[in-house]
Amino acid sequence: MATVSTNEMKAGTKLLIDGDPYSVIDNEYRKPGKGQATNTLKIRNLKTGRVLEKTLKSGDTIEVADVEDKDMQYLYNDGEFWTFMDPKSFEQIQAGKAAMADSAQWLKGEETVRVTLWNEVPLIVYAPNTVELAVTETDPGLRGDTATGGTKPAKLETGAIVKVPLFITEGEKIKVDTRTGEYLNRAGK
Amino acid sequence: MLSDAMTDWTPSADLPTLRARAALLAALRGFFAARGVLEVETPLLSAHATVDRHIDSFRTADGRWLQTSPEFAMKRLLCAGSGPIWQVCRVFRREESGRHHNPEFTMLEWYRPGFDHHALMGEVAELVTALAAALGRPPGPEMERLSYREAFRRHLGLDPFSAGVPQIRAALAAAGHDAGDLGGDDRDIWLDVAMSLAVGPRLGLEAPCFLYDFPASQAALARIRRDDPPVAERFELFWRGTELANGFHELGDAGEQRRRFEAEQAWRREQGREVPPYDRNLVAALAAGLPDCAGVALGLDRLLLLLLGKDSLAEVLAFDSGRA
Repeated sequence: MATVSTNEMKAGTKLLIDGDPYSVIDNEYRKPGKGQATNTLKIRNLKTGRVLEKTLKSGDTIEVADVEDKDMQYLYNDGEFWTFMDPKSFEQIQAGKAAMADSAQWLKGEETVRVTLWNEVPLIVYAPNTVELAVTETDPGLRGDTATGGTKPAKLETGAIVKVPLFITEGEKIKVDTRTGEYLNRAGK
Repeated sequence: MLSDAMTDWTPSADLPTLRARAALLAALRGFFAARGVLEVETPLLSAHATVDRHIDSFRTADGRWLQTSPEFAMKRLLCAGSGPIWQVCRVFRREESGRHHNPEFTMLEWYRPGFDHHALMGEVAELVTALAAALGRPPGPEMERLSYREAFRRHLGLDPFSAGVPQIRAALAAAGHDAGDLGGDDRDIWLDVAMSLAVGPRLGLEAPCFLYDFPASQAALARIRRDDPPVAERFELFWRGTELANGFHELGDAGEQRRRFEAEQAWRREQGREVPPYDRNLVAALAAGLPDCAGVALGLDRLLLLLLGKDSLAEVLAFDSGRA
């Protein structure tokens, strides 16, 4: 069982607490000049995404969670599971709905994504920060309103719905920020 | 072989900050010279070390110890009739590293025969004001003085002299702090945690704030006043939630000093911690007679950090420990 001491915990260190995997966001050392030293950790539960704070005695140790980030290629979705392949070993793994969360709506196949594995099982799948996808459905733009910043909903080839400027038409490719779900610009041909 | 990617030879502080640091030191010398306080230098390396339960010393290959404070040697000078003395020096503390901690840092320490802790708080306030002026900072609003008890009442809603462990834990939890079981049944550790998480961060937000009259169980080297409950004549200075200084109306009783050293050693032994030899020279000097005095240690790097509005100690050190 590998453990890590409070003074070795950095942003990104993975910890196992009460059976759940956590990622350290911040570690603040505090010590009254003549008193007990503590480390206050800001940690994110990798299963629920919840962020919490926990204060430990300096020098205490916590078990390290077997969590690793891997770049993998998205292959296909069979309705229940999303299948990814390790491009080096060609090994395939499957991720369920919980691990996909909001990422599924941005993936169409072939792209490389970051997968967080816990005990070699996918815990979180991150869509690329930006994706370029074609618009499959949207209302025609309104005449004379190209620059005032009005928006309308558009459905993309993956099924995601984003707000786009009025001048975007069906069949065009657009670039979207998957972290905010916002339209960025028209994508090149 | 050195890897280029791992090597960062550049300073962690910028040049304007290093100039401010030099100006601070010059102002310091002017301040004490004008008041007739003698500048002294004492050994960094000693056959003895602090036995304070929460301060760990670096031990050298030849079995000596790097000082964590110049207090023992300076008190020996006082016992030898030095009169008022001050010193600025490097001190070393193992395992202390963070935004406001570096394993070696610059300590300003001074002693005033004839002062009690309240009189010395007055001089600390004058010094901070003078150093701020030297760096072109305007004098702030008047500094507040708050008893340890009042600070806990105000910011955590409990009396630190009577509250038990469950009450302190409950107050911390109610304030949104999860500290698990880190203090066990040790009331003083829980008070330290409460100070770190809930009380300290709220002190001195407008102007620097003095905290005085600590629980007797946290006397360190301060004398204890036989009030009900007894209090340690000790003070700390906080500014923007950061602890800047710690001072005592100094304990002069050699027997009591030896008992406190031995109690700290016993605690360390029980906890399986390193047990350094305490300073017998200090006990002998106290037996010869320490003039009634107050003394204070102030973290000069932190003062500079706050005066310049910096965020981390690394920004005011030429090279922080990561680059040392």
